[in-house]
Amino acid sequence: MAQKIKVATIWLDGCSGCHMSFLDMDERLVELSEYMDVLYSPYVDQKEFPEGVDLTIVEGALSSDHDVEMIKTIRQNSKKILALGDCAITGNVSTMKNLYGTRAIMETGYGQNADHNESGEYPHLVVPKLLDRVHPLHEIVPVDYFVPGCPTPADAIYTVLKALIEGKEVNISQLTRFGK
Amino acid sequence: MIKQKVRVKTFQINGIDVTGRSDSTILEVAKEHDIHIPTLCYLEGLSCVGACRICLVEIKGSNKLIPACTGKIKEGMEVFTDTDRLHKHRKMILSMIFAERTHTCSVCVSNGHCELQDMSVELGMEHSQVPYLTNRFDIDASHERFVNDPNRCILCTRCVRVCDEVEGAHAWDLVDRGLDTRVIHDMDDPWVESESCTSCGKCVQVCPTGALSEKGVSATEMVKKKSLIVNLLEMRNRER
Amino acid sequence: MITTLEELEEIANKKQCENNECREELRVCIGSSCLSLGAKEIEKDLKKSVKDRGIEHRCRVKGVGCNGLCAAGVLVSHYDNESGEEVLYEKITEEDTDKLAKAVESQKPLEEHRSDMSRGFFAKQKKIVLENAGYIDPDDIEDYIAHGGYRALFTTLNDATPMEVISQIKQSGLRGRGGGGYPTGLKWETVAKVDAEKKYIVCNGDEGDPGAFMDRAIMEADPHRVIEGMALAGYACGAAKGYIYVRAEYPTAVEKLNKAIKQANRLGILGNKIADSGFDFELEVRLGGGAFVCGEATALVTSIEGNRGNPRQKPPHLSDHGLWGEPTVLNNVETFANIVPILNNGAQWYRGFGTEKSPGTKVFALTGHIENTGLVEVPMGMKLSELIYDIGGGVSEGRNLKAIQTGGPSGGCIPADMLDLEVDYDSLKKVGSMMGSGGVIVTDDSSNMVEVARFFMEFCKSESCGKCVPCRVGTTEMTDILDKFINKEATKEDFELLKEMCEVVKESSLCGLGQTAPNPVLSTIKYFEEEYIKGIKDD
Ligand SMILES: Cc1cc2nc3c(=O)[nH]c(=O)nc-3n(C[C@H](O)[C@H](O)[C@H](O)COP(=O)(O)O)c2cc1C
Ligand code: SF4
Ligand code: SF4
Ligand code: SF4
Ligand code: FES
Repeated sequence: MAQKIKVATIWLDGCSGCHMSFLDMDERLVELSEYMDVLYSPYVDQKEFPEGVDLTIVEGALSSDHDVEMIKTIRQNSKKILALGDCAITGNVSTMKNLYGTRAIMETGYGQNADHNESGEYPHLVVPKLLDRVHPLHEIVPVDYFVPGCPTPADAIYTVLKALIEGKEVNISQLTRFGK
Repeated sequence: MIKQKVRVKTFQINGIDVTGRSDSTILEVAKEHDIHIPTLCYLEGLSCVGACRICLVEIKGSNKLIPACTGKIKEGMEVFTDTDRLHKHRKMILSMIFAERTHTCSVCVSNGHCELQDMSVELGMEHSQVPYLTNRFDIDASHERFVNDPNRCILCTRCVRVCDEVEGAHAWDLVDRGLDTRVIHDMDDPWVESESCTSCGKCVQVCPTGALSEKGVSATEMVKKKSLIVNLLEMRNRER
Repeated sequence: MITTLEELEEIANKKQCENNECREELRVCIGSSCLSLGAKEIEKDLKKSVKDRGIEHRCRVKGVGCNGLCAAGVLVSHYDNESGEEVLYEKITEEDTDKLAKAVESQKPLEEHRSDMSRGFFAKQKKIVLENAGYIDPDDIEDYIAHGGYRALFTTLNDATPMEVISQIKQSGLRGRGGGGYPTGLKWETVAKVDAEKKYIVCNGDEGDPGAFMDRAIMEADPHRVIEGMALAGYACGAAKGYIYVRAEYPTAVEKLNKAIKQANRLGILGNKIADSGFDFELEVRLGGGAFVCGEATALVTSIEGNRGNPRQKPPHLSDHGLWGEPTVLNNVETFANIVPILNNGAQWYRGFGTEKSPGTKVFALTGHIENTGLVEVPMGMKLSELIYDIGGGVSEGRNLKAIQTGGPSGGCIPADMLDLEVDYDSLKKVGSMMGSGGVIVTDDSSNMVEVARFFMEFCKSESCGKCVPCRVGTTEMTDILDKFINKEATKEDFELLKEMCEVVKESSLCGLGQTAPNPVLSTIKYFEEEYIKGIKDD
């Protein structure tokens, strides 16, 4: 049997819905596991992003300096990147804040709408710094595959992964779309 | 009375021989022959403006791309609707439409019933090729039954045309230029204060996206009746 | 009211005599550029000084249109009617007026401020369109008539058929000066052949290109020339009504045109049964909507109709569906200004200037890093080097020429090593630029060409009417990408995307604005690619 594909999955600024959808593949996960090894993921216990990954599946947009750092590491360490779900591809709900600016959002979230915030400060220690603008992945690094949806349906994820494994072409637009 | 003879022109679309009335557009003849050309700003029953450029086609012997919805047929012309060059252009243009305003489909009233979304499926555009622009517009929810969210508007001007050409109210018009262009009522009044709006709701029904919607519907619930206009015009013509 | 050629000649003779009563003239340029430097006050002061010195019987002071050398304003020319000698003074201020009057009185020309009229700037020009500019008083129809004005109209109405006019224009090879270079005779013929009760003649005076002011100068210096050309077009094509669409930012041009139309109406040169011929022609000035895109032909007629000045898809062309849906001839100001000399001197004479495919002259506005900024008229086909160096005086001291932009935001740049290029419609197109309306912007080696491209892209972005997607969104996207290059933050992918977008916007936009907006980028990539490469950050 051919070598298994080394896969990583990561969840940046998204809601985890796409990772849930991934799990919704149910028994098909067992089938896929014959072909793929998951090296790094919220599902497995691994701290550092590994080197030599064949395919990294990324959920979520890029909202903080940490997200940008991560995606650059991912790009360096992965042969292919698959952007999973609308947040990774369009920015989706995460980018709605671009219309108002990060500062305005912080003021609303940690000022006006906060029940307790005596210091009047926004969280800025330990937590990653928010960017002025949220980006979909491909605005920062080259992305190889785009599989939209909110969340991307499990069937679509399965068909795409299966096609990748088998080296076949699929028409992604027949499987899923923005907002699906 | 001498009856004007309707002349017929013969030409080719994608290598297939077709005929049409001499005053037809390429799009009309293509439709009659079941040849599909993607369109966005076009709506049967309304005048054609050639604004979205999705329906561009190639004509043999000419470097220019012309919109099928406004391009008149010519005897012997050879039209191509499905070339690589057209695919490339259409995908880029569609990307530009998505990138221009804020299309957060997952929370949109029209999610699942949107012509812009459908177009992304049809053209196989699963990501925008151009960077997203950020341009925020205020939502007008002043009307008791309708909402106008310019953040989802693609400036197809169907609303402007249906209001002028079918309802006869000319309540809608365009204002400003370039990226700031918006559709407005009267002198940019809130919808509810528009003197000329008859609240007929035709604009909402023809709007291809979630820009114009009925109040009270939530995400995915706004289903529109596009055929309304053609039916209406048919009934009107029958009466005469 | 005058109805015959004889009556016209009478006015001309009378005015000439009047002009000759004074042997000398002090002509003060009151074109927009000199006006802004206080030309009106100088004219007033000169009149006073001349009077104070008691020489007003011998020297008249009059305001005239632009003679071209705007960089050296305010210009005052001292002209001797008898000998035909002329002394031109540059950079005249209010303080110099009395000295000037004194010089006239003592018949000793001033040495200071004196302009060398034998130098290339003047010697290499050929004035056809601007032949009256700087000589006649634009406010006085009689002065125009005294210089041969309206003779072409009267003789044509008396002796020539419309088809003969069209044939002359066709033979002359005149091409539209508004940018595209479409043959004017052909355009007229198409409309003349349409059987319609109403037709219109429209003059495009919207001139919105950055750096262009040729049409303004013509309208201000010689408004009757444009009016006469339009009336002749009306006769040739069978139109009884014309509109001159002038951008609202040109109040002086509007004022001169309105005054000229009024004077022509009063003399019966416009109106019903002109020259007793049965030809009626009425003219009206319309103010522009204040947008560059209103200069596009279909947008312009929509704007005259009182609607939002948006272009529409062509065809139908204006020749069968123009103003108010009627057949319409729309030409540029300079195009109309060429009609009278062609009809007066014949098509063969006209073909004696310029090139085979682009006969005649072209008015250019030289701006940017060039010594002699201003307005020049040269035969088509002149070498770029002559235009820039012999006439323009070269780039400012200590600098080197880098590139020349023609055609404004729709054109492209031509690198300094192509100075041998002979300027006409076709040669410019061949090198990736275009004639455009005639703005010539010279850039020296202090300029970054990506910034030049960005300047024009930003212009198109802010002038896009917003109707069609590729132009509305594409111009913004491209401006943003060019910014990345300027900030040295671009990637290789950005460069590819930029090129791709250029292609899509060029090929899929609705009107000329979008279709030509990528040109400055494309031509700077073609000739100065290394400047883009410098804008790409290294990872
Ligand atoms: C965006 C745009 C702006 C234009 N502006 C002008 C203008 O200011 N003046 C002008 O004469 N032509 C302008 N044109 C060209 C006109 O559409 C038209 O071709 C021209 O006036 C025809 O006259 P001609 O045949 O005498 O050149 C413009 C074209 C475009 C696409
Ligand atoms: S209008 Fe259409 S494309 Fe835009 S957000 Fe709504 S569903 Fe999506
Ligand atoms: S509101 Fe709707 S119908 Fe009107 S222009 Fe926008 S997208 Fe088109
Ligand atoms: S190309 Fe630009 S200016 Fe012309 S119609 Fe389209 S948006 Fe308007
Ligand atoms: S459908 Fe033809 S341009 Fe929009």
